[in-house]
Amino acid sequence: MRRFTEAVGVTIAALTFLPLFMVIAAIALVRAEGDGAYAILWVALMAYIGWQLVDALAGWAEAPFAARFVAPIALGAVVIIGWEAIVRALDVPSVILPPPSQIIATFSANMPTLWADFVQTILKGALSGYVLGCALAFGMAVLVDRYDFLRRGLLPVGNFMAALPIVGTAPILVMWFGFDWQSKAAVVVVMVFFPMLVNIVAGLADTSAMQRDLMRTYSASYWQTLMTLRLPAALPFVFNGLKVSATLALIGAIVAEFFGSPTVGLGFRINASLGQLALDMVWSVIVVAALAGSLLYGFLTMLERWLTFWHPSQRR
Amino acid sequence: MPILTIVAVILAIWYIAVLPMNIKEVLTQAEREGAEVVPPSAIERRDAGRWGLVFGNLDLIGPSWSSERARLPAPHQIAGELWKSTWVEETTGRRGIVRSGSLSNRSLVYHGGVTLGATLLGFVIGSALGALLAVGIVYNRAMDLSLMPWAIISQTIPIVALAPMIIVVLYSVGLSGLVAKAAISAYLSFFPVVVGMVKGLRSPDAMQMDLLRTYSANASQSFWKLRLPASVPYLFASLKIAVAASLVGAIVGELPVQRGGLGARMLGGSYYGQTEQIWAALLTAAVMAAGLVWLVGWIERRTLRAMGARP
Repeated sequence: MRRFTEAVGVTIAALTFLPLFMVIAAIALVRAEGDGAYAILWVALMAYIGWQLVDALAGWAEAPFAARFVAPIALGAVVIIGWEAIVRALDVPSVILPPPSQIIATFSANMPTLWADFVQTILKGALSGYVLGCALAFGMAVLVDRYDFLRRGLLPVGNFMAALPIVGTAPILVMWFGFDWQSKAAVVVVMVFFPMLVNIVAGLADTSAMQRDLMRTYSASYWQTLMTLRLPAALPFVFNGLKVSATLALIGAIVAEFFGSPTVGLGFRINASLGQLALDMVWSVIVVAALAGSLLYGFLTMLERWLTFWHPSQRR
Repeated sequence: MPILTIVAVILAIWYIAVLPMNIKEVLTQAEREGAEVVPPSAIERRDAGRWGLVFGNLDLIGPSWSSERARLPAPHQIAGELWKSTWVEETTGRRGIVRSGSLSNRSLVYHGGVTLGATLLGFVIGSALGALLAVGIVYNRAMDLSLMPWAIISQTIPIVALAPMIIVVLYSVGLSGLVAKAAISAYLSFFPVVVGMVKGLRSPDAMQMDLLRTYSANASQSFWKLRLPASVPYLFASLKIAVAASLVGAIVGELPVQRGGLGARMLGGSYYGQTEQIWAALLTAAVMAAGLVWLVGWIERRTLRAMGARP
């Protein structure tokens, strides 16, 4: 196939492979009912053609974005169509692995329930805890940065705590704050606090002596230096911490619900649906969590690009 | 020295916080035993502020620090529980190692061992697979283009939340216990290693790669002599994240299946209101996490020194 690409040129090869890939994907889906071995064969062929397609696109110098967009979509298509075809062909019981079509059906049929779970876990539990935890960490970081004693004392403790399995505090906090979203927010605050603290302190230290001297020649006060030089300089670190703790916040809010929750919420839904062996519902909840995680992450990335446009990693 | 001060301050705050957290339970207990408590009726006490109750009953400070079913046990109670469920249980307990020849299933040594086994197995599998995939991504453009976006997206998804499902599904196909928990640990340690290792393998700059080309080094030589050594610091940085993540994975993986492990101890403690048991399990997990990260750091220092890095 590599020889084919070299013979006709990258563009034509890519344009040949693309329809071929789609046709084979369609065949794999149609043939999925019944004959197990054939379905697997079609999926393998599909993966191979997809591979060639991406390989050809990677060499397409005139359209570098083509490969960047098509490649992950092609892999996603192979995985999802392969999953669908193989599950249906081999008659895998849906208590082990439901096919994607069934998950989508369950997802759209249970929109109101899932939306209520989303509001309970993500908006009330995770986001409120996330905002509170980050704000607390920020205040503490400014203090730590100001007083050397705190830096030498609190920072090693913070580094130690940041590596700990803080999820383990969930049962205790659920006991203290009750089953509703307040306890989930508390877990999130504890989980988010230390990674944020470590990152912000590292960021505040990230100015060169020359820059600080310049501020001194302007006879800038501590607060002026903080606001105009050191906070902007800390932003790349802050966003790094924000991104890491965004995932942690979702994990904390969901796992805390395993230890007790009202009858709504993503973690509750996972547990309850597992008890009924309704795996299609569990997967729908996972889709919700994945969407929430990706959206939050995407939002933070956009904000980062907007605020830290001057940083080398953001320059084009 | 500042660290000791901070730890002492935290302990002091802890001891003070124990008072209002436990005061209501302690007052109820004291009243049952016939002691005089300041607002005599239970209804008044229910509506009273916790601090007010503490100052009204200053003689009950001692009992608050040794309450049986405390909402927040005092540090010395946790230390006592830790001692009781490790050393005392193993040496004098009926099922301990001294009397029965095997670790007691009521001791934290046993449960910690269960968790540690799953963590290490998952960590080794996940890191090895992650490093292999990273090599594939660096050397194959098609893999890079199609896999890397998914690897990054998967980092934004709360994967730990899937743990109970993975456990149940693997259980229903006949894999249980260690393998299922190790699968979650492996999954969690996999992506940090992929991302870090890819960054590391790409870290040699164009000048260094050009130098190897002037030596007419082939692909495997440039891999073994330049790319792999250059990736080692990045690899260890992500291994530290990965080992902590796999411990979390193992603990969460133990929640749905009550077959031993620190996660099972925590859930059991939260069901039966045994706060000391939760805290002891949490502390064991903390010590284990710190130990694992320290171990990876120690291997890192030894490796870097053997490779000629100056400290």
